Amino acid sequence: MNTDQIRQVIMKILSRIAPDNDLTGLKDEVPFREQMELDSMDFLDIVMELRKLYRVQIPEEDYGFLSTMASTVQYLIPKLQTATA
Amino acid sequence: MSDPNQRIVITGIGLTSPNGNSLAEYRANLLAGKSGVSKYEIRYIGETLAGVCNFDPLKYQKRKDVRRGTRAGSIAIYCANEAVQHSGLNWPDVPKDRVGVFIGITEHGNVETENEIFEISKFNYDTSVWSHHHNPRTVANSPAGEVTLSLGIRGPHLCVGAACAAGNAGLIHGLQLLRLGEVDLAIAGGVSESIHTFGIFAGFKSQGALATNAEPTKASRPFDLDRNGIVVAEGGGLVTLERLPDALRRGATIYGEIVGHAMNSDATDFVLPDPTRQAECMRLALHRAGIGPEAIDLVSSHATATEQGDIEESQAIHAVFGDRMSLAINNTKSFIGHAMGAAGALELLGNLPAFDDHFAHATINLDRPDPRCALPQIVANVPRQMDRVEYILNNSFGMLGINSAVIVKRFSGE
Repeated sequence: MNTDQIRQVIMKILSRIAPDNDLTGLKDEVPFREQMELDSMDFLDIVMELRKLYRVQIPEEDYGFLSTMASTVQYLIPKLQTATA
Repeated sequence: MSDPNQRIVITGIGLTSPNGNSLAEYRANLLAGKSGVSKYEIRYIGETLAGVCNFDPLKYQKRKDVRRGTRAGSIAIYCANEAVQHSGLNWPDVPKDRVGVFIGITEHGNVETENEIFEISKFNYDTSVWSHHHNPRTVANSPAGEVTLSLGIRGPHLCVGAACAAGNAGLIHGLQLLRLGEVDLAIAGGVSESIHTFGIFAGFKSQGALATNAEPTKASRPFDLDRNGIVVAEGGGLVTLERLPDALRRGATIYGEIVGHAMNSDATDFVLPDPTRQAECMRLALHRAGIGPEAIDLVSSHATATEQGDIEESQAIHAVFGDRMSLAINNTKSFIGHAMGAAGALELLGNLPAFDDHFAHATINLDRPDPRCALPQIVANVPRQMDRVEYILNNSFGMLGINSAVIVKRFSGE
């Protein structure tokens, strides 16, 4: 998957986790939690969805990389480079 | 009862049933003989029958809350919010630390656990994809806790596990904590999400106690010779309970006073009922109400359309009330199926309007009455107009030999 495809995957996951939020204006450099209702259990849903969809295992010490869209995509590029969208 | 603060009254009603999402709609359909049973599919079982509710969960929840919570929680939140609105309470002014939530449940967690096992089955049973939401969804206080989150309630909350006596048990628990002064307002009753677990259908089927019928609305047939088991239903019935002086002070509409209650145990069998203990339970409720059986105008029966259960409850009712023909006996499960944890509450609430309209709703599908259920007072197929309705007794019994009876009196302003 390329960068755009990974971003689309994350957007789809976010829309499921936060179905009441309008995500059209989501800013890639701003933390998710400052732009939408997202608590720690929701955050774990992102981790879980990636695990289910692409068998990506994200160790707890790496959770910090998932704070913004930009950092999340950057973190996932090497893990998803062989995956198909 | 001499101390008016020990008198507990019903001041608001919220419910969802397979044939109505408000008391008015539910009552109208009970009087019209309209069943809520329909065809239903669930994993592993395939097509079966159930009582399915069609309330709108988004009336009181965000999509995210529905996703995160449970079906029982959505039912409880809907019913609690409806009850609060119906009560006329000015909710922002209610001290939330003095409100308690007491919800009867037959079971909780089966739905959520089955869902997770099904989910990990798609991943070769890899438990690393087991949801982190599983524990908060399955703790036994879950539906009541979801109500506190929805309404900002900070008093005690718990679910009362009481098999199919749970709806009455929730009401009784709310009444008791009001009398103890632990809370000033109780949201109490019962809920059930049981149609979403295949296990309850499979369990009843294995027991030979799951109803089948080519015509779904004819499937739930308590007291009828052609019955062949239980129709499982979901639903909820919650009320606001207050002490009488508090209700009078704010000018609340009072839908009835809970004047008697009782719970006891058979201590004889895991599943089979015991009419002797059921009769004792009804008599204890009458004793606490300070009335004799001749005072009761309407008995809302528990009968589930299993042969032994129907016959033995009939024996118990007959032992207490005899053949007095001014008594009416009806059965709500014939309309909606067995709503499990909600059954006791829903069956009582559907009968409360009889205080005003003076009708006992019918027991439908009673085409060939079982002579072994020898209750001449059963209201069969069409409602019965009553000369008076002052007292209603509501039976609710459950597995492991748990019995309950609640007596509600019409409130006449005294």
